[in-house]
Formats: sequence, structure tokens, C-alpha cells
Amino acid sequence: MTVTALLFASYADALGMESVRLSLPTGATVSDALERLRALPGGDRLPPAPLVAINLSYVRTDSTLTAGDELAVIPPVAGG
Amino acid sequence: MRSAIVSRPLDPAALLAEVSNISNGAAILFVGTVRNVNAGRAVTGIDYAAYLPMAERELAAIVAEAAQRFHTDDIVVEHRLGYLALLEASVAIAVAHPHRAAAYDASRYIIEALKRRVPIWKREEYVDGTREWVEGGEGERSERGAESGKS
Repeated sequence: MTVTALLFASYADALGMESVRLSLPTGATVSDALERLRALPGGDRLPPAPLVAINLSYVRTDSTLTAGDELAVIPPVAGG
Repeated sequence: MRSAIVSRPLDPAALLAEVSNISNGAAILFVGTVRNVNAGRAVTGIDYAAYLPMAERELAAIVAEAAQRFHTDDIVVEHRLGYLALLEASVAIAVAHPHRAAAYDASRYIIEALKRRVPIWKREEYVDGTREWVEGGEGERSERGAESGKS
């Protein structure tokens, strides 16, 4: 299955991209997707347990992904 | 109640007018502005970015929570994106309520939840020309309260 990972702010700078499509086995979790991201150039700069959201809602990293999901890897927020 | 993420200058006075009505004896206006020093470095401006659809959704959820918790629908919040110079407003929160205590509490609840949950990031620009993303869940950076109220 394919999911789209979105990167923002310092994470986008680290990997040099704002989004990437990941091919993962059925039943893959957010952690599996993060492992793939870490294997990309600059991916070693992602923290061990970043904030993540699936389809606009915060989730835990053990959450299961579904084909077509939008997985956002969210740097520490700094609004206001 | 209403919330928005916008790319134009904020008009805090308009937000205050929007929540004011004859049933409310108190109105609180919080305005967060760009400050000239952060962590000892001279700042010239801040560029705000967001994961827009989630930021809009999370901000709307926070406003709905505050409305329910503090019993008022007279809440308007706007957060600005893009490059802001010193003193420009990045966020404005207007809350009106029959009584002042709940108005203050609701305003504080919204700004603290926004800083914890809404996916917005800022990249500070410094006098030496460098730029850096601000990270680390700071609760009290680059903000200055401006409050007006009566009760």
C-alpha cells in the first residue's frame, strides 16, 4: 500500500522535501513509516518519537496505517 | 464563535467588536506580537508556516472546547501566517462573557492550547541575516498580552 508522508519546517529542511510517497506492507504502523523516512538522506535528523498525525488528527506511533493515508510528521509546534 | 488562519494583517479591534454584545459584561482581547529579542538574539522578524488544514481544524476544536468549558459562544480567534515584522500581531483572541473570570480563563485556555496543539511553526530572522526554526514547545515566546476589559 502507499501512504503520503508530509514533512514541515525543520523536518522538511532536514530531508530536503515536503512530501514523499512510501510503499509499505499492509498493516504497517506509523513507526514503520518513520523507519523508512529515517533511511532517507537527512532522515537521521528526525527525533526518535516525533509528533505524528494521520489524516489531520494526532495519533500514537503504534497506530496502523491504511492505504491512501496522509501521514504528517510534525515538528514541535510554535504558534502564537 | 469563529476561528481562522489568515495571510493578511490582523485587526484585533474588529475581533473585539465581533464578540461584544449587551449580554456580556467582560471582553478580553489577547494579542501576540513579534518581539525584538528571543533567547538573547536580536530578532528582526518571524516567518510563520502551518499545516493549514490541520491547523484550521485544531484551532476550531480548541475554540469549541473553550466555548463549552466556559459557557460562551462569543469567541473569535485569528492566527496569521507569512512574514511578520516586529510589533505585528501573529495571533488575536477575543472572548466575551457575562463575567470577567470566565472570560480571562477562556482566553488563557485558548492561547495555551494553541501553543501546544496547533501545527504552526515560526522561523525567526536575526539581525545578522540568519534564520532558524523555533522549536521546543515554548509556552512564552514572542508574545505580549494586550488586554482590555470591563466587568
